[in-house]
Amino acid sequence: MKKLLVVLLGIMMVFGLVGCGSKTEDNAPSTGGGDEAKASFKLGCSGPLTGGAAVYGNDVKWAAEMAVAEINEKEGYNFFEFRMEDDEADPEKAPNAYGALTDWGMQVSLYTVTSGAGLAVSADYNADRVFALTPSGSNPGLAHPANGNYDNLFQVCFTDPNLGTASADYISSNTIAGMEVKKVAVIYRSDDDYSTSIYNTFMSKAAEVGLEVVYEGSFINSDADYSTQLTGAAAAGAELVFLPIYYGPAATILTQAAAMTDFNPVFFGVDGMDGILGLEGFDHALAEGVYLLTPFAADAKDDATVHFVTGFEAAHGSTPTQFAADAYDGVYAIYNALKATGCTADMDAATICDKLVGEFTTMTFEGLTGTANWAENGEVSKTPKAVIITDGVYVAAE
Amino acid sequence: MVFLSYLITGLGLGSVYAIIALGYSMVYGIAKMLNFAHGDIIMVGSYVAFFVLYRFGLSVPVGIILSVLVCTVLGVLVERLAYKPLRQASSLSVLITAIGVSYFLQNGAQLLWSSSQKMFKSVVGDGGISLFGGKLTLSYITLVTILTCILIMIALTLFINHTSTGRAMRACSEDKGAAQLMGINVNTTISITFAIGSALAAIAAVLLCSTYPSITPTLGSMPGIKAFTAAVFGGIGSIPGAFIGGLLLGVIESLAKAYISTQLSDAVVFAVLIVVLLIKPTGLLGKKVSVKV
Repeated sequence: MKKLLVVLLGIMMVFGLVGCGSKTEDNAPSTGGGDEAKASFKLGCSGPLTGGAAVYGNDVKWAAEMAVAEINEKEGYNFFEFRMEDDEADPEKAPNAYGALTDWGMQVSLYTVTSGAGLAVSADYNADRVFALTPSGSNPGLAHPANGNYDNLFQVCFTDPNLGTASADYISSNTIAGMEVKKVAVIYRSDDDYSTSIYNTFMSKAAEVGLEVVYEGSFINSDADYSTQLTGAAAAGAELVFLPIYYGPAATILTQAAAMTDFNPVFFGVDGMDGILGLEGFDHALAEGVYLLTPFAADAKDDATVHFVTGFEAAHGSTPTQFAADAYDGVYAIYNALKATGCTADMDAATICDKLVGEFTTMTFEGLTGTANWAENGEVSKTPKAVIITDGVYVAAE
Repeated sequence: MVFLSYLITGLGLGSVYAIIALGYSMVYGIAKMLNFAHGDIIMVGSYVAFFVLYRFGLSVPVGIILSVLVCTVLGVLVERLAYKPLRQASSLSVLITAIGVSYFLQNGAQLLWSSSQKMFKSVVGDGGISLFGGKLTLSYITLVTILTCILIMIALTLFINHTSTGRAMRACSEDKGAAQLMGINVNTTISITFAIGSALAAIAAVLLCSTYPSITPTLGSMPGIKAFTAAVFGGIGSIPGAFIGGLLLGVIESLAKAYISTQLSDAVVFAVLIVVLLIKPTGLLGKKVSVKV
């Protein structure tokens, strides 16, 4: 037994040493690079480039790359060096991605694309003093855990609870598909933080504004069938079905609802539904008339949106989602703050972090997704907007 | 009326479970092993059908036939490569191998086709028959699923009871050694069993994805486990048992979701299974085998 332990320890030491060795090798060029006059800020990010949420990860990557390229061109040298690691939206893989980024010498970060992965590394980001701004991670715990505050972690998108409140508000105060909605059904995923937190705030706000929730159904990740929930919603006479869920199950729900002849409610989703049109094999006709609460509509005619959307479409052949817009805004917000505080690329991550924290809590940022202000707890405040899916594209709802 | 609609949903779901359970049950009855990779054969069938129908745009019958062919070959191949060398090994080794094959197929699918979800379009089209003045909808796919399940069940019973291959299968199931002495090629018989089970898996795949359109590399595991439960429920090794077990499981699941709790439906399903096994340890239609010592 003792011998075994000795052998094991020996193996661990060897691997440990090898690990350290490769780390220092990785670090060497980055410190060397820092001495040059025109050094780049190392901007890192991790997100799902493969797996079920890959649509988000790739959109964030492409939009961030686009913003970085524009900034580098404007500055005349490589102001940012951007690196994206794949975490498959998996909380277990996120620490590896974070490790790879810190080994690379990341100075400032776009954090993670998804909330689950972000929660797995939020404490590390806080402890290591790396400024991080997530484009799309909407769990409030990403910026401020239940028992405190991560002062250096910020969000570009709404937090989940805000999405629930904003949705109930929007549904009760707007005409939806030509009617005043009174009876609402909710179908949410009960083993998912994102979905349940939106569900909870939606329910309390709905009670406040007088929306009648006639049916509540839930499902778990392994479920593939939602017809029971849909039958329940139909039987309760719901005029609108609120879906605070990701696009995967939402696509199945829309398909199964289409097979029901006597049930034609309005479907109302939040940002997790964004990306449904990019799903392979999904019939766009099924999403016709679906409402989405999102701060970004790709068909808006203002110069900034048109510039972003045409550039993105030309490069990748697909229309950017809200996540892409959030990422684009995120890079520019970091860029503005870096310029305003006079940071230089030879500063270490902790110095940059302190300067950016001060700037973010006081600045106002004009971006694609609206005019944003950040609170000290890292949450953003913007006005919610809704889009309707019409002929396979997002059209702003008045 | 709402109750009826839940019941029909349950019957549709149960029919898919029943078709999958037939595969489990036959293989168990003859090879005395639990083929946990069965659910993943379904997954492969779904991907093949998806690619044939929507990437290459071929017709529905071609899609089903190709899917059945690929699954049959895959099932026989898995049996030859993974299970046959272990014919004399303990049943635990075979069980672990089956779990290994299951992971191999899942990860292989992830590598080949990526883990991003794909959407299947129903092979029989959306919509359905409206009954009782629109109060009850019977969707075409549910109807087709239930009918297919009954047809398969009848065909399989006839095959097992009235053909020489079927007789060989029954003989192997009763006593492999004696069957071999009577001139039955046990290995071939087991291969045929796997071929039939996998072909059924492909059909189940097309029906499953027509009802629940999302395709991922892990899509087979949950229906696989449920169908295995159904097979145990009805009495593993028994074909009518698998059929009844599957249908009951689907109905219980659907009603539990509707009337008890959507979150607790799986717990209810497995609780019923435990109760049934306590009262009838061999399952609803299982045969009691007395072992002579």
